[in-house]
Parts: sequence; C-alpha cells; structure tokens
Amino acid sequence: MVIELLYLVASVLFILSLKWMSSPTTARHGIWAGEAGMLLAICGTLLHHGIVDYKLIAIALVLGTIIGVPLGRVQMTAVPQRTALSHAFGALCVTLVGSAEFYLRSPGISRFMMSVLSIEVILGGLTITGSLMAAGKLQEILPQRPLTYKGQNFVNFLLLAGALVIAIWLIVHPEAKSLFPFMVLIALTFGVLLIIPIGGADMPTVISLLNGYAGLSAAAMGFVLDNKLLIIAGALDGSSGLILSIIMSKAMNRSFTNVLFGAFGQVQALAAGTEEAKPVRSAIPEEAAAILSAASRVIVVPGYGMAVAQAQHKVRELYDALSKRGVDVRFAIHPVAGRMPGHMNVLLAEADIPYDRLIEMDEINGDFPQTDVALVIGANDVTNPAARSDASSPIYGMPILDVDKAHTVMVIKRSMNPGFAGIDNPLYYLDNTLMLFGDAKAFVGSIVRELTGGHG
Amino acid sequence: MNSSSSLINALFIFVLAGFIGFEVIRRVSPLLHTPLMSLTNALDAIAVVGAIVLVGEHKDTLSAILGFIAVVAATSNIVGGFLITDRMLKMFKSSRPAAKTVAK
Repeated sequence: MVIELLYLVASVLFILSLKWMSSPTTARHGIWAGEAGMLLAICGTLLHHGIVDYKLIAIALVLGTIIGVPLGRVQMTAVPQRTALSHAFGALCVTLVGSAEFYLRSPGISRFMMSVLSIEVILGGLTITGSLMAAGKLQEILPQRPLTYKGQNFVNFLLLAGALVIAIWLIVHPEAKSLFPFMVLIALTFGVLLIIPIGGADMPTVISLLNGYAGLSAAAMGFVLDNKLLIIAGALDGSSGLILSIIMSKAMNRSFTNVLFGAFGQVQALAAGTEEAKPVRSAIPEEAAAILSAASRVIVVPGYGMAVAQAQHKVRELYDALSKRGVDVRFAIHPVAGRMPGHMNVLLAEADIPYDRLIEMDEINGDFPQTDVALVIGANDVTNPAARSDASSPIYGMPILDVDKAHTVMVIKRSMNPGFAGIDNPLYYLDNTLMLFGDAKAFVGSIVRELTGGHG
Repeated sequence: MNSSSSLINALFIFVLAGFIGFEVIRRVSPLLHTPLMSLTNALDAIAVVGAIVLVGEHKDTLSAILGFIAVVAATSNIVGGFLITDRMLKMFKSSRPAAKTVAK
C-alpha cells in the first residue's frame, strides 16, 4: 500500500518533470522532480516485503553509480554516443529482468503474460545491440558508412519472423525453456543487422527510434511485473522517442520504413561523381572578415562538421566580435543538423551562446532574403537547394534552410568532396556563394583574428 | 499472475500515460531535445525497481545474477542521465539579463 502510494507520487513527479522541460527557464525544476520521483520509487521498492538480501542490492547500486558518474561527465561532443550507450544499458536492464522472470515463472505463464514478456525481451534485445552499434558508429569505432548487401531486408525480415515464431511457440508452450535463449539471440542479431545499413546522417532518427523501443520494452516489463509506475515511465519514454523520430523523419522527408530499410543515396552518389568539375568562387579569411564586418544581418548555419572540428568555441568568439560591431548574428538550427535531436543547440549553449539566438528552421527561413550573409559551418545536405528544385535528387522534398536566398552565402568546408550522403550540393556553384576552404575551427579562428585585429 | 481485470487496468494506464506523454512532449522546445532524451532515459531507468526486487528476493542464483547486472546497468543510467541532463541545462542561458538569474 505504502509502496503503491509512493509509486503514484513518483509517477506525478515524472510527468511534471517532462512538463517542465517545455522551456529552458523551468527545465532544471524538471530534473529535480525527476530525481525526487526516482528517489521515492527506489526507497519505496526497498520496503518490498519479499526482499531479504540488501547487501547485494547495495553493491549493485554503488557499482552502477561508479559507472554512471563518468558517463554523466563526458564531453558535450560525445553526447550522441553516450545517449546511444544509455539506451543500450536501459534495454539491457529490461531484457535481463525479462529473462529472469521467464525462468522463474516457466512453465506457469499465462498466454498474455508470455506475449508481453516476448515483446519486452525482443524489443529489449534488439535495442541493446542496435544502440551499441549506433554508439560504435558515432564514436567512429565502427565505419560510419552504411553497409548494404543484396537481400539485406529479406535476411532481416527472416530473422524477425524467426523471433516471432519462437515467441508464438512459447506463448502456446511456455514450458519449452530451451527455446527462450534462441529468441533473445535472434533479437540481439537483428539489432546488429538493423543498424549496419544506417549512415551517420540518419542517426538522429535512429537514436530517437531506439529511445522509443527502450521505452516500450520498459512498459512491457511493467505489464509483466504488474508495476504501474514502470508502465507509465515506459509509456512516457516510448512516446517521447516516437515523437522525436517522427519529427526527425519529417525533417528529412522520409518515412520510418525508409530510414530503417533503405540506405541513403547509394546509387545517386555514384552518378554525382561522374560530373565534370564546375567552377566555384573561394575566399580567404581576410575577405570573409571584411564581408562579415560590412554586414548588418548574419545567420550562421551550423552542422555536424562544426561538432567534428570542435569549432563551437571559436564560433562563439566570432559571435562576440560581430555583435560588438553591431552586427545582428543569429543561428539557424535544422532539426536534423548533427547526430541527434537538438545536438547543435547543446554545443552552442556549451559555448555560451544565448539560447534566444538559436532559431528553429521554420521560424528563420523567411528571414534569409533580408540577410546579408549566411555563414554555413560544416552543414551540407540541410542547405542543399536541390531539395527544393531537383525532383531527381535523393533528398528532393526534404525541408531545408534557404541559405541560398541570402545576399551572400559563405560555406566553410574542408574540400569539394560531397557530404556524407554523397549528394552534390548546387549551393556551392551559385554566383552569390563563396567557398571558404579549411578546417572549421582554424578558419573561424582566422576570421576572428582579422575582426579583432589581435593575434590571439 | 494477472487476472483479466488487472490486465485491463494496466492497459488503461499504458494508453492514458501514452497520451499524456504525447501531449507533454509535443510542447518541449526543440532547443531542448537532447536534454529531453537524456532525461527520459534516466526516468526510463526506473526499471531498476524490478531488478532490485529480483536481487533482493534472491529466489535462485540465475535470477539474482541477471538482476544484479540489471541493477548496475539501470543505476548507471539514472546517475549518468540526471548528471548530464543537469550539466546540459545549466549551459542554456538567455541573453536577456532578467532571465539570466533563472537559467543560472
């Protein structure tokens, strides 16, 4: 009774916690609510009458804390892979508990119970390996390129079907204990194969989707344990992940199935490479600085390249130098810029750029025609005008930032190599575009030196 | 073991919580999508309560071992998730001085 009441309070605190995340001014209350709810729930659980072994629990909690603290202190640029890793940990917990419950209860498992238990373990299993793969790709331990082979979808489909057949068999014959490990194994394999064909540009969608799976498997665990708090937390996490993946796939003009079952722009990439080189105009830092200081409105468009080059602090210096000269500087944030939802916002906030200068795509797109300079730093596909005009482009229909409508466009880029998806960007060949070749951090640094006249 | 009425209860809770989640999260500013994800991740680690019971009841060795690993994994998510979410949110500052004190 006491436990149930504590769980009820915890549920309310969890919902408030997410509600307060709606604005940066209240968001930190959200953390406190979440922490308080968590503490109440854990303390309540320790009151559970069946618990006899507190020592082992204490050791596990301490060990988890020891692992958790460094994971909470990673660099901001490592946040995407940390997030993927934590999806894996969450799913690991759910899958292990589900497996333990199966062996404790088999063969006396009702059909309904076995169904949710199967959902819990299959979703959990594929999320473990899928998230580990995603984390590996983001940490660049694994190749970021999508790996595809003939019949890939067919193999994946067969595996999933295999896991479902075992699940159905177990629902009818819950005493068939020896089949259970195979179901888990297939789910784990499926998770690996699911992420193999996925490229870096699709990571925001995939991370959100894995987030949703982790939540749904936790909710399924709530059904198995008849734990209402777990059902609520799982449903909240699941809907959060699903909403984010919907937002992300809309921002790429792609459907879920397309993200999961079609590697991006493979054939088109080859076609683009055969075109002859077109002339581009380039500029050196001195020229870029002169153009920027003569401007009155500047919009900076950051992308994954800024994160890779760790250029956010130099960008902050640029923001300061230009603001001091009375230039209005704002940042245009595309929903899928970077490797996870909101990635750019966190990096720019880390560099102390005020969040009211970070503007969403829909809000800022109308302002590009009145903008003197659009400065693109490490972003590519999200600025590609072919998405608006070229029906044959693989990204046709994807909402983009209309940087080409600014009076002058400056693009900081290492070389003319096409971006991740291998799609040529006509933006670079426009008359009002200047290419700034170089490392994002070094180039922005040189511009800042020109603007401030110093040597720092 | 679930009787059918408690199953229906559980389904009610799941569906309603899903709706609340949808409505609440729809209102989260895209600015905060990254901290949102790390926060929901930490909250999701409430699965630790199921694992704690498994370890504590110690019904057999297998379930205790699986439960032990599960508690470690979930706890690291709770601790790491709240820590990094807090670090991220601390960084978000407004340029308007009035809001600064709140964000700091």
